[in-house]
Amino acid sequence: MSQNTMNLKLKVWRQKNANTTGAFVTYDVAGISHEMSFLEMLDILNEKLIVDGGEPVAFDHDCREGICGMCSLYINGKPHGPWQANTTCQLHMRAFKDGETIVIEPWRANSFPIVKDLTVDRSAFDRIIQAGGYVSVNTGNAVDGNSLPIEKDKADASFAAAMCIGCGACVAACKNSSAMLFLSAKVSHLALLPQGAIERKSRVLNMVAQMDKEGFGACTNTGACEATCPKEISISNIARLNLEYLGAGLTAE
Amino acid sequence: MTFKQMFTSSVGKKLVMGFTGIFLILFLIVHAGLNATIWANDGGLMFNKAGHFMGSNAVPRVLEIGLFLFIFLHIIQGYLLTLENKSKRAVGYAVTYKDGSKWYSRSMALLGTLILLFLIAHIYHFWTPSRLGGIANIKALGEMEHNGVKLHNLYAEMDIVFTNPYVVILYVLACGSLAYHLAHGFQSAFKTIGVYNKRYQAIITSMGYGFAILIPLLFALMPLSFYFDWIK
Repeated sequence: MSQNTMNLKLKVWRQKNANTTGAFVTYDVAGISHEMSFLEMLDILNEKLIVDGGEPVAFDHDCREGICGMCSLYINGKPHGPWQANTTCQLHMRAFKDGETIVIEPWRANSFPIVKDLTVDRSAFDRIIQAGGYVSVNTGNAVDGNSLPIEKDKADASFAAAMCIGCGACVAACKNSSAMLFLSAKVSHLALLPQGAIERKSRVLNMVAQMDKEGFGACTNTGACEATCPKEISISNIARLNLEYLGAGLTAE
Repeated sequence: MTFKQMFTSSVGKKLVMGFTGIFLILFLIVHAGLNATIWANDGGLMFNKAGHFMGSNAVPRVLEIGLFLFIFLHIIQGYLLTLENKSKRAVGYAVTYKDGSKWYSRSMALLGTLILLFLIAHIYHFWTPSRLGGIANIKALGEMEHNGVKLHNLYAEMDIVFTNPYVVILYVLACGSLAYHLAHGFQSAFKTIGVYNKRYQAIITSMGYGFAILIPLLFALMPLSFYFDWIK
């Protein structure tokens, strides 16, 4: 089995909390299996650190199935690591070579303050959703799925936008720390459906205002967000958001 | 929602960049089109007549004021956005993410600055003597007469300016900056005003690259044509 294991050097960002300055610490890990996920590799590092009496590296994770949006990590200069359309928990160690040095950084943006080590506070996203990413119309009991006809194209586009798991990789990848891909996915998801039409204008205006209040940067359409998004949210959602904003801004009271 | 709130939000600022950018794109078409008359090979008559029309007719003169306003707005807003966006990440990455975007998309401020430096030289070379020539110490342009109308001889001025190889190099390099600025800017402007969906994606992308190659190429050929005496 020796051909399927590897030894790695990890350059990990360690930071006690948001008020302290952090630094990289280098660790060696040995006997890492190709079949392991990236987070399992970090579990092994942490077990070793605990046994040695050190402080384990803090990192976010939950479902480890690529659907919850909890894991993060900026690995070797790309959010969620080298694979396309993939989350860190679904990144496997076969993506790396024996003897490689892996640089692991947290999402870096002022709006995502570091809680500890690689864990950042992404509650800014929650507050953007609270500003309008919902439908508050009283719809009564759940109705039959087909009682409200929706064009297939629109339903598909809405679903593609709704795929966003809110992990924040778009912010991490963007040179401007902009949250526009996230916001545009959330706005598009509802703007394309009849249920979302009622609050369409106030939603986009309030969510953009909240995004600015949270201190995210402005979008300059570089496309880095789209390229790194684990759910492949299209940048055309950003164009839709811009149009929604322009229309709402010109016609709202 | 007031107009002020609308155009000062993050999306609003980008709308300002996009709309002024599209106006400047339209200006480039007019500018390149008019300047292409230097290739009429008539000793610059058609070109000087075009220049005379632009300088003496009220409509282009009013548009000129708008042009200067929009250029200033585009430059100032561009710098403000760049500084603001940079401030949003106090601690930077050890390894930069480069694969997801083009270098010129990330370098719009730098490319814009190079164009601005060129613009200052360009205004000094042609706009100032044409519009302000004769005032104070500003050298007036030579003139040519056609059907009793005195025309500024901008063609002769180009011939003089473009004898200096350094000026020619500056102009050609500036066209390179413009090409890359447009390669991102054209598509980005349309994305910003919301025109980027399945239906328009392909056409905007190909038009953007086509425009980014064609217009700067036309402009670059102008100083080269004078320097190498390709036109009579």
